[in-house]
Amino acid sequence: MSTSTKSASPPGVQDPPAPAPPRKLSARVSWRRALRRDWQLYSLAVLPLLFFLVFRYLPMLGNVIAFRRFEPGGSMFGEQWVGLRYVEMFLSDPTFWQVFRNTLWLGGLTLVFCFPVPIVLALLLNEVRRRALKRFVQSVSYLPHFLSIVIVAGITLQILATDGPVNHVLGLLGHDEIRFIQEPEWFRTIYVGSEIWQTAGWGTILYLAALTTIDEDLYEAARIDGAGRWRQTWHVTLPGIRPTMITLLILNVGTFMAVGFEKVLLLYNPLTYQTSDVISTYVYRTGVESNSFSYAAAIGLFEAVIGLVLITSANQLSRRTVGTSLW
Amino acid sequence: MVRPSRSYRVFQGVNGVILSLVVVVTLYPFVNIVARSFSGERQIRAGEVTLWPKGFNLTTYKIVFQDSMFWRNYGNTVFYTVVSTAVAMILTTCYAYVLSKKHLKGRTALVGIAVFTMFFTGGLIPNYVLITTLGLKNSVWAIALPNAISVFNLLVMKAFFESLPGELEEAAQIDGLSTYGILLRVVLPLSKAVVATMVLFYSVSFWNSWFSAFLYMDSSDLMPVTVYLRNMILGATGGSNAGAGTEQLSQVGANIQAVTIVLTSLPILCVYPFVQRYFVSGVMLGAVKG
Repeated sequence: MSTSTKSASPPGVQDPPAPAPPRKLSARVSWRRALRRDWQLYSLAVLPLLFFLVFRYLPMLGNVIAFRRFEPGGSMFGEQWVGLRYVEMFLSDPTFWQVFRNTLWLGGLTLVFCFPVPIVLALLLNEVRRRALKRFVQSVSYLPHFLSIVIVAGITLQILATDGPVNHVLGLLGHDEIRFIQEPEWFRTIYVGSEIWQTAGWGTILYLAALTTIDEDLYEAARIDGAGRWRQTWHVTLPGIRPTMITLLILNVGTFMAVGFEKVLLLYNPLTYQTSDVISTYVYRTGVESNSFSYAAAIGLFEAVIGLVLITSANQLSRRTVGTSLW
Repeated sequence: MVRPSRSYRVFQGVNGVILSLVVVVTLYPFVNIVARSFSGERQIRAGEVTLWPKGFNLTTYKIVFQDSMFWRNYGNTVFYTVVSTAVAMILTTCYAYVLSKKHLKGRTALVGIAVFTMFFTGGLIPNYVLITTLGLKNSVWAIALPNAISVFNLLVMKAFFESLPGELEEAAQIDGLSTYGILLRVVLPLSKAVVATMVLFYSVSFWNSWFSAFLYMDSSDLMPVTVYLRNMILGATGGSNAGAGTEQLSQVGANIQAVTIVLTSLPILCVYPFVQRYFVSGVMLGAVKG
């Protein structure tokens, strides 16, 4: 996908045209000369490259065990080819379809609820005139991002416990206590809620940065044209942060399938599996806990490929329609 | 400046209220946990604890402090964080420096190798099999090595190195310094800000991590404190492992959980006010400049 040309751009960049001449020059330098001149630089890259090779690319190849019989203690690439056996196995596995549905649900809800919140929050923060107040709100809203996911899960469970504050308030309102953690119908709400709590503030950073780059003159011009606050927001502010919105949307779509694996693992329990069990947790249980490595690898590969397809097509789509893309 | 209209002032008021709500909703759960950690069991069970401890006592803290496993795991966390951060810093700095050299032949490929891993990864099972095959289980390397380079951090550092004035390095080169010498004696001293930011990025993420240890460590002696907390949470939620678990037991558990949550996040909360802005500028650097 990416080893050539423009792949260097990380999220959020609209490739400034690189100065062409020096690149052409260096392209003419032969490898031999480049190595002789820069061997010390290349030597610094050896260990990092080894890292990428062993811990990133080898596992990608390791996915072949999805098509080979793997025996614990044997080769990490498996013992013999079995074709699509494991793929057929999970496609006819009812649990797989349940976790697939759950993944789509959780991913979709996360996208719908967690994506817009930082935008709204950033717009609201942007309207605050007192700097100290703005900074205070920001500092507080970033805080949950820095806590371990274990702590977030712990806090969530405590707040929702039968003796927790939420149930206490329900009690005051004359409502029976709800066993949030044990009831499948509550899981999605809890998951998305805690996700917003943890990520909303942090998500505003990039939008706030984008907001500061909007030209004041545009607002001036809009005001002269008679635009009120709302129309200024609609016609100046939102278009101004559109590239950021699209970049983050593409990234969110890309992680759609890998919904908060660690958080689900911490928050779910067998009582809520029917709504909480997602592909990645199912992979974890079948693979690591039940030792069906090949079977789990097949499901995991399926998940990763869908993720890659999603992010690539979202990127293509956005390049075609609005001209913003990650690469 | 146009005089603010009445509707705009109403909006400002409403905005203030909304943002105050955001602050309250964000902070309340945490304040509540701290209050619970100092409260009496009976008051917790009655749901009386909200913002302030009721029935103040330090019994639960004493119980946790006397648990040798807690301290051992806390020590493990410190150890894992230090080793992993050191490894990560060395590898990330080296690669970022190489990538920042625009004239380097093959640079685009080197960047691509890193960036591609942001979009496609090997997945849980192949990684697990790899770590097991390499015999890294039950050692700090199972945590440190697979997470040694975060591509995001790498790009932040690369951007910073690119922004340094090239003349300084040229001058150093003329003075006879090798590439290694330039990196160590010229570039790094100029990069204290970004190095500090990266150390923080990495150490916070290693401090907070739990899953690698959970996956690759077999005995509870080796677990970081996050896994200690996780096991406690699991014990108290009923679910699978705890079985029937009497109400009484889970109440005591809830109290200890609160204390463990407070103690585990304490180091982060202590440094948070001082380092938060570095994080923000680091994230912006990474996203805007690349």
